[in-house]
Amino acid sequence: MSHFGKSDLMAVAISVLPEQQLAALNDGYRRAVARKRLRFALSAAIAVAALLAAAVGAEVDPATFVAKIGNFVSYFDRIFTLESGARVWSDPGEWFWGFHKWLALLGETVLISYVGTLSGAVLALVLNFVAAKNTAPQPWLRIVAMRYLEFCRTVPDIVFALIFVIAFGLGPMAGVLAIAIHSTGALGKQFSEIVENVDMKPVEGVRATGAGWISCMRFAVLPQVAAGFAGYALLRFEINVRGASVMGFVGAGGIGQELVVAIRKFYYSDVSAILLLIIATVFVIDIGTGWVRGRLFGGERT
Amino acid sequence: MSELPTSDLRALKARYPAVFDRPASSRLGVPTLILAALALFIFGLNELEFSPQRMWAGLNQLGWFVLLMIPPDPGASLPTYLAAMGETLSIAVLGTTLAAAMALPVSLLAARNIVPTNLVRFPVRRFLDSIRGVDTLIWALVWINVVGLGPFAGVLAIAVSDFGSFGKLFSEAFETADQKQVEGIRAAGGTPLHEIRFGLLPQVLPVIAGQLLYFIESNTRSATIIGIVGAGGIGLQLAEQIRVLEWQKVSFLILMIMVAVAAIDAISSRLRFAIIGRRAVV
Repeated sequence: MSHFGKSDLMAVAISVLPEQQLAALNDGYRRAVARKRLRFALSAAIAVAALLAAAVGAEVDPATFVAKIGNFVSYFDRIFTLESGARVWSDPGEWFWGFHKWLALLGETVLISYVGTLSGAVLALVLNFVAAKNTAPQPWLRIVAMRYLEFCRTVPDIVFALIFVIAFGLGPMAGVLAIAIHSTGALGKQFSEIVENVDMKPVEGVRATGAGWISCMRFAVLPQVAAGFAGYALLRFEINVRGASVMGFVGAGGIGQELVVAIRKFYYSDVSAILLLIIATVFVIDIGTGWVRGRLFGGERT
Repeated sequence: MSELPTSDLRALKARYPAVFDRPASSRLGVPTLILAALALFIFGLNELEFSPQRMWAGLNQLGWFVLLMIPPDPGASLPTYLAAMGETLSIAVLGTTLAAAMALPVSLLAARNIVPTNLVRFPVRRFLDSIRGVDTLIWALVWINVVGLGPFAGVLAIAVSDFGSFGKLFSEAFETADQKQVEGIRAAGGTPLHEIRFGLLPQVLPVIAGQLLYFIESNTRSATIIGIVGAGGIGLQLAEQIRVLEWQKVSFLILMIMVAVAAIDAISSRLRFAIIGRRAVV
């Protein structure tokens, strides 16, 4: 740039318009900006009004918050303190006194999520071809499948768990079934969205050989979508591990039962120990599934 | 259609050994994987105390419950339920907005193109990850300990747990923003703060608004469940009615939740498209 003279640059860069033309342009610009600002101000006002209404509805009380925020900070102080008053890390043996029991429960949590996700994925695999626009065998069947999937994913898994605990009895079985149903809904939708984007030419090719609907799905659609399906299923597994960690709150198995007891009965150092174990497990699962997904998509997406 | 002549077939096989003569390792890969998955599945069923009898008895019970749910009927509690639904919506809107407001400045620290040093970014990211690793319900329990039972604890629980997700999503939005505008501001003599305000924010705000709306939608669902542990809203009613086996009320509440979620869904996807144009939100 240095070899250009300054005056050269200026001559190229600026050409001043006549005054009237400039005034008109400026005026138009100002009006456009003013309209945009007005719209922004209006939407901001509506948003603020909605937030205020929500604050009233949710019984927000800044005074309580200010008065009790100290509790929140000191809560973290307390959960990192042993009963003897020492910091938890000064005595890891005492802090993680229930390590083996908790590890077994975490194993159960991961297993609940695995069995639930796999069953949900298999059901979703069957249903999504029926629910996808381009592969649905019958229009009315598609509507039924879509409504069913919607029901499955709108009702939160923990609500299913609450009901199943009464029907099937306390224990991990209720958790597995709840996760399976919720995953069917969530995965069914994601799967059918993938299927709606496939190339239909292979389907035509397979159909031209006289194949039935099932063969078309198996040999023309499935090969195109298998990697995507696996990716979503792994993601769901990851989400379900988190979900399974609280299934125990309603008695549906896993580590949640221990955690809720520790929180409710103020076993402070147990709370931090169990929380750390849950976070560590979620990390490990995250990294593991991330690695598998990376390999599935050949490094193009993660 | 006729068969290929044998000589052609042989020539084809010779030319494409990878198709006709795949090594055993690659042919066995998928079946082995499926077998291993199945084995783990069966082990899991066994470990988690599944049995045909329990399954059968449970399904029987469930069938009865479903019969008892029809027709859905709120009884005399309709006003209570409507108020609870309003509370749930308030929790979702307020919690999500608070989370976004807190996450915006922190996400700047976690974005690679704004904070080039790993020294700050790495701990911020791990911090956000750990918050995300803890479920909303757990946060709700913690906040109940602090501010007491009620919807306010729910707002704070959603705010904290979404703070983690938003921090991550926003920082990704910043990272994928076009750098040319930023360079333009810098070339015009803008300070780093100007670069963020005039170079990055205009690009990122629509994305953020879209995500905010999307989360409000999904948090309507989350807000229904945090009531189960006592943090207000419709979940509290639902959990109570399930515990006392008032199935008609349960089915009414579930229907109510589904309708509310569908309504929020419709409104927010409209707003989202109005803000970002006809593009999918990632």
